[in-house]
Amino acid sequence: MRGLLPFLGSRLLRALVALWLVSTVVFVVMRLSGDPVPLLLPPDAPRSEIFRVRAELGLDRPLIVQYAVFLGNALRGDFGRSIHFREPAVRVVAGYLPATVELGLTAFALAALVALPVGVVSAVRRNSLVDQVSMTIALIGQAAPTFFIGILFILVVSLRLGWLPTSGRGDWRNLVLPALTLGAFAMASIARLTRSAMLEVLRADFIRTARAKGVAETLVIVKHALKNAAVPIVTITGLQFGTLLGGAVVTETVFAWPGIGRLAIQSIYNRDYPVVQCTVFVSAVLFIVINLCIDVFYGLLDPRVRTS
Amino acid sequence: MASSIPASARADDVPVGAAALAGGRGRRTRRLAVAGAGFVLLLVVVAVAAPALAPYDPVRQSLRARLAAPTLAGPDGKAHLLGTDHLGRDVLSRVIFGARVSLAVGFAAVVVGGLVGAVLGLLAGFRRGWSDSVIMTLADAQLAFPFILLAIGIIAVLGPSFPTLILVVGLSGWVNYARILRGQVLGLRSREFVDAIHGLGGSVLRIVVRHILPNVMSSLVVIATLELARAIVLEATLSFLGLGIQPPTPSWGGMVHEGREYLDSAWWISTAPGLVLMATSLVVSRTGDWLRDLLDPTLRGE
Repeated sequence: MRGLLPFLGSRLLRALVALWLVSTVVFVVMRLSGDPVPLLLPPDAPRSEIFRVRAELGLDRPLIVQYAVFLGNALRGDFGRSIHFREPAVRVVAGYLPATVELGLTAFALAALVALPVGVVSAVRRNSLVDQVSMTIALIGQAAPTFFIGILFILVVSLRLGWLPTSGRGDWRNLVLPALTLGAFAMASIARLTRSAMLEVLRADFIRTARAKGVAETLVIVKHALKNAAVPIVTITGLQFGTLLGGAVVTETVFAWPGIGRLAIQSIYNRDYPVVQCTVFVSAVLFIVINLCIDVFYGLLDPRVRTS
Repeated sequence: MASSIPASARADDVPVGAAALAGGRGRRTRRLAVAGAGFVLLLVVVAVAAPALAPYDPVRQSLRARLAAPTLAGPDGKAHLLGTDHLGRDVLSRVIFGARVSLAVGFAAVVVGGLVGAVLGLLAGFRRGWSDSVIMTLADAQLAFPFILLAIGIIAVLGPSFPTLILVVGLSGWVNYARILRGQVLGLRSREFVDAIHGLGGSVLRIVVRHILPNVMSSLVVIATLELARAIVLEATLSFLGLGIQPPTPSWGGMVHEGREYLDSAWWISTAPGLVLMATSLVVSRTGDWLRDLLDPTLRGE
């Protein structure tokens, strides 16, 4: 395990720098919007009241002090009160978070479960009908905008065929279409990469040796080839997990899924800035933590990574 | 557009990429890349000539012709090849005019992202040292975050407008240019010809502009093409979320959004612009792949 601790340390440091940058951008963007006080008060509020609230929120202090206070509050999870829900923004976001986690994990599991076998079969049966059809679908899946995939699913599966509900959250039937939509890009990317990684490994000498020894073909593919193709597949799979978070905004809006992505969009329409900021911040933390876990996992899987 | 045509023509004098492919496949890839560039050119022509090509005014409403299915003789006695929307506007005309928004934002964003990314990438690769560290840390931070959330935050505050959209979509893409150019410049700057020009008294600016830039041009063209597809999809996504182009200006993403409520009764409102968008994204990104195979196969791993 030599070298693991410094590796973890540098990854953690990078994650913290990224988090600090994101929170700084959130602060700057927030300040670009000008004075939020008139939004918080009724339009006919007297000037004295405006000054009082401004002082209460600390907006009359120097920018650098405000920045320090903001960072301190953000670290303690304090983003102010939601204007729309009239409770702490962080509690609002926490209430919507489980739905996003449920959707994200299902989408990810579906993507990996479908893409891995498809990628392996496409590589083994290269240029066969299965390979050509699935790789064409994968290309389309990578290029198609997420929101339009969702619209097509609703149109065909829900409205024409009437198999699954169009929107909302409930039992597993509500979950299928949003999860497929959210997972489509990841599924396509993982399938294509699995195929090319497998093709690469199947050309290697040790595969020929294994076959020459008379090892059963299934065993050659699963135990010898797939295991050695695992590192790039794990990398891209991890990266895809992160991008799912961005796709959740779109998918949740299309399917009226009550998660933090849809909450962010609705809060923008409601001009509920504390909630918008909190959502962006929480997503950033989630994203960075996930990536950190993947890096660690990757470092454990492949010792060479630690030194680079 | 200007960037794609010289790119495919240049393919002749870049022997490394072409030779790497088997003769027959190389020719096929080249033909596909030219076809892809032709598709983009066609889109540009459609966008520029939209007023002449579109059968009707894209924002003119007609109560009589509301939600008409694709037809040659609608309730208002006119042909609507792709039907009409909930306000009786001709969908085909709107799709044609929508190409203007997609391409204008797409190309402008590629220019913004390309300029920022190329300058920072050249700077990081050539200067090294702390400017390199700062730029690459910024790039890592941006990659470590789903950009669409940041875009939403920025647009929420600045308000949706054409310049904001170009800025946000453009800045979402600078990292790819910067990282790839930095890597190439790091390799180039240690070559003898750079030392030679330096010894002859050539300034750093001259070395970068006259000697480094032409060497990384083919990579730039490949990235720009792939970025164009990404920018068009991002613009459509933001417009779909109501954060991009505002109605009544037709944009593909906005049209899919408007048609959502009528999916059951008038599927064509969302489907027509959506399919055009999907085809555009597919063809442009595949063209990028083909150009990469032709011009710069080393980028494949990126």
